[in-house]
Parts: sequence; C-alpha cells; structure tokens
Amino acid sequence: MLPFILIAIVYVIGSAERRAANPDDKLLPPVSEMVETSKRLAVEPDRRSGDYVLWADTAASLQRLALGLGIAALTGLVLGVAIGLLPVAGAGFGTLVAVLSMIPPMAVLPILFIVFGLGELSKVMLIIIGVTPMLVRDLSLEVAAMPREQLIKAQTLGASTWQVAIRVVLPQIMPRLIKCLRLMIGPAFLFLISAEAIASDVGLGYRIFLVRRYLSMDVILPYVAWITLLAYIFDLALVWIGRKAFPWAYEEAPR
Amino acid sequence: MSALSFRNVWVEYGNQVVLERINIEIASGTFLSIVGPSGAGKSTFLRLILGQERPTQGKVLLDGEPFPAEPGPDRGIVFQRYSVFPHLTVLGNVLLGYEFAERPLTARLVGASRREAIEKSRALIDQVGLGPHCDKYPSALSGGMQQRLAIAQALAKRPRVLLLDEPFGALDPGTRAQMHALIKPLWRDLKMTIVMVTHDIKEAFRLATRLIALDRPRNDPQAPERFGAKITYDLDLTRDGAVPVLGFIRAEAEAAQ
Repeated sequence: MLPFILIAIVYVIGSAERRAANPDDKLLPPVSEMVETSKRLAVEPDRRSGDYVLWADTAASLQRLALGLGIAALTGLVLGVAIGLLPVAGAGFGTLVAVLSMIPPMAVLPILFIVFGLGELSKVMLIIIGVTPMLVRDLSLEVAAMPREQLIKAQTLGASTWQVAIRVVLPQIMPRLIKCLRLMIGPAFLFLISAEAIASDVGLGYRIFLVRRYLSMDVILPYVAWITLLAYIFDLALVWIGRKAFPWAYEEAPR
Repeated sequence: MSALSFRNVWVEYGNQVVLERINIEIASGTFLSIVGPSGAGKSTFLRLILGQERPTQGKVLLDGEPFPAEPGPDRGIVFQRYSVFPHLTVLGNVLLGYEFAERPLTARLVGASRREAIEKSRALIDQVGLGPHCDKYPSALSGGMQQRLAIAQALAKRPRVLLLDEPFGALDPGTRAQMHALIKPLWRDLKMTIVMVTHDIKEAFRLATRLIALDRPRNDPQAPERFGAKITYDLDLTRDGAVPVLGFIRAEAEAAQ
C-alpha cells in the first residue's frame, strides 16, 4: 500500500505547487477538482443526452471488451485444441496462424472500419483479431506439449479423438486459457481504446480522447484510474475463477 | 483368451534396425517380463502390442487375429509416469473409462447409469487400496498411490492384455514391494495376460511366469545401426528353477534355417 500513498502525496504536492504558480493550471488538477468532476460524470445526467456519462461509457466499453475477449477465447480454444491435437490441422493451419499472428492489428484497423463500418462490430473485431492468434498459438503449443502417455492412456480406455478432446485435453488447458486471458487484458484494452478513440460516440477511450481537446485532465486522470481499476479487478476475478473451477491446477504437490 | 504371437517381426526406423526376427508365442494368462539394456527395444516391443507402432515386417497377432494399429480398450497400459489424468479425482479417473464407452458424444454419465458406474469404480478403487482417497486429485497422491490408481483405471476396461512399462521404476523399495503384492493377486484373479518391461531383474524374476531378455547379440562397429535386438534368453519361471522355453529354441532354429 505504501507505494500508492507515496505516489498520491507526490501528486498532491506537485499539483499544489503548480496551482500556487498559476491558478489556471490545467495539467495537474487538485484532487478536489477531480472528485468534483467524477461526481458530475457519475451521478448527474448529462445535460444534452440525459445519460450518466461515466456509466454509459463503462457499459459500452465493457460490452465490447467482453464480446471481443469471449469470442477470442472460444475461437482460441477450438483452434488451439484442433491444431495441437490433430496433426492434419497442425500441418494445415499452424504456419498460417504463426504468420497471421504477426500482422499488427492496428494496421488492419482501417480495413475493419471500411469493411464492418463504424459501429460496434469493427471495435469488437479489432479485439478479436488482436487477441485470438496469440491464444491459438499458446494453447496449441500447450496441447502439443501434453504428455503422449495421457493421450495413449485415454485411447486404451476406449476414447475416440472427440472424447479425448473434450474430456482430456480441453479441461487440462482451461487453466492455461485463464493465464493467457489475464495477460491479454492489457492488449485488449489497448485495442479497445484505440478503436474508440478513432471512431465512436460513447466509451471510455472515446471520452478520454474527446476531452483531450479541452485539456481536461480532471476527466482524463479519473478515467485512466477507473480503467486501471477495472483491468485489475478482471485480473483478480480471473484468478479467482481459475482457483474455483480448476482446483487441481493450483494444488501444491505433496512431498 | 488373450494369447499373443509375434511372427518374424522386424522393426526398423529408416536404416536403424531396432528389433530383428522376433518370434514368440505368449500363451493366454502369461505374466511376461522383459528385461534388457537401454536401447534394446523393450519399449518398442511393448508399443507393438499396444498398437502405437507397426512392425516393418512380420505380424503381431492377438488370439490369432491382427488388431487395429492404434491403442484400444482391449489392451490396457500403465506407464512409469503420466498415466493418470491430473484434472480428475481418483474416482473421476476410474469413472472415465465407463463414460467413454457408454456416451460417445458427451463422454459423461448421468442418473442411474452414473450411479452404477460409480459403484463399479469404487469396487476397483477399494481393490487397489485407494478407498479412502476417492475424492483426491492425483497431485495429492504419492507416486505409489498414483500407480495404484493407474492400475485401477486400466482394469476398469477389463483388458485382455495389460501392459506395464516400468510401472514401479520410480518408486522406493518399500512401495515397490507393496505394488508387487498388489499386482500378482490381481493378475491371478482376472486371468489376463500381463507384459511388463522392467529394469529390475529381481522384480522380473519374482513376478513373472516367463521372462525374456532382449539384447543385440551382433554388433558391427562400423555400422552399429545394422543389427537390431533379438530375444537372447527366454525362461520359463513356473518350474522350480528357471528353464529355457522349448518353443523359443524351436522358433530360433526355424528362423535360422
């Protein structure tokens, strides 16, 4: 906790210094001003639209994020298991995925806007395109690294390839998926905010880039803190889900 | 019935000859142990029976019939490691075999059929002495207990042949003795054929009714890959002392002609 308090103290002192020198300083607004602005954004309806701006932005962004990460996770699981488990799929798609994962997602953002329009779809697609290849590669490597013995054992227990996939492989890579998703929260937010900054009318990233024109640090800083907090909560939630759903993966070996 | 026959079997990887001219008839209900130095093809021999590998020449027959070239439920296996599924409890591990057989699509049992399968599984688990540990995950079990579980799991399918690939190699001597005391009665009661690869000669003699040694009798220093391993000893252990198996000598003589 101490480092956080230190940062806060440094900020308060810096802010006070600048205010003393220039009462109109916008760069480091005092905490009281940020609290005031946050309150206005969170509990007072917007004069023009009647929305509660912070919550409308949060809901829009989280929906995009959840859709993007959800679809990416699903695709990653299906392709990862297929590529890792089936030599045919591995030979067919392994290289393709390896090359596709090298495409910088931001470079195809204009294409997404052109093809999918400026609505929700293009933003969700950007997250999917940014996150899926990494998930597919990591999960397929994880599947391929599973001990051969386990697959053979399953076969001697009478399992078909499909049964091996759903009862042996899939459950065993779920903890890995959780780990990957934890690592991909950051990139997912990056893609989300980029897409929102360029073309959107609601969303956390949109708001930050909108008020940038007025140098409204009193909005930007609380928003950044809020986004960080959200990402951190997701991270904790994923850890919690992993421990609850896959206790065997977190159990310490005895001896 | 679960007799195994190897008819003039050769296994080669490219130029490398691993096994050459293996001829052996293994009667139903035999407990066969295979010994030999590392790299003499013991595991290859086992993989041939498992169906994980095909002979380059010759045939491997189960009860006189060729079997599909992939592992199946009539041949169970216990490996030295990684034989149990870490994401399932002890009960879940044994139950899985029943679930595979009865539910091709979901591989999950529900209701009465599940209760019935659980009963059968519990009986097996009790048989290998893991009764009190039913709900534990394998990571919470010791090495010996994990191997017990692997055996129970394999027995659930009532395999005709049980293959043991250095099953007790990673265990301490005390635990190993306990495992010996477990496997022998199981083999006797269930009347299956067991083929066990081991590095422990004492274990090989104590458990088995027949023992074969694989080795490379010929070696060309210029081309070490040219000659593969053969059966160099074939002993019947059911008599008072170890006696060479007659059929082995005959098969060798035939092969030499």
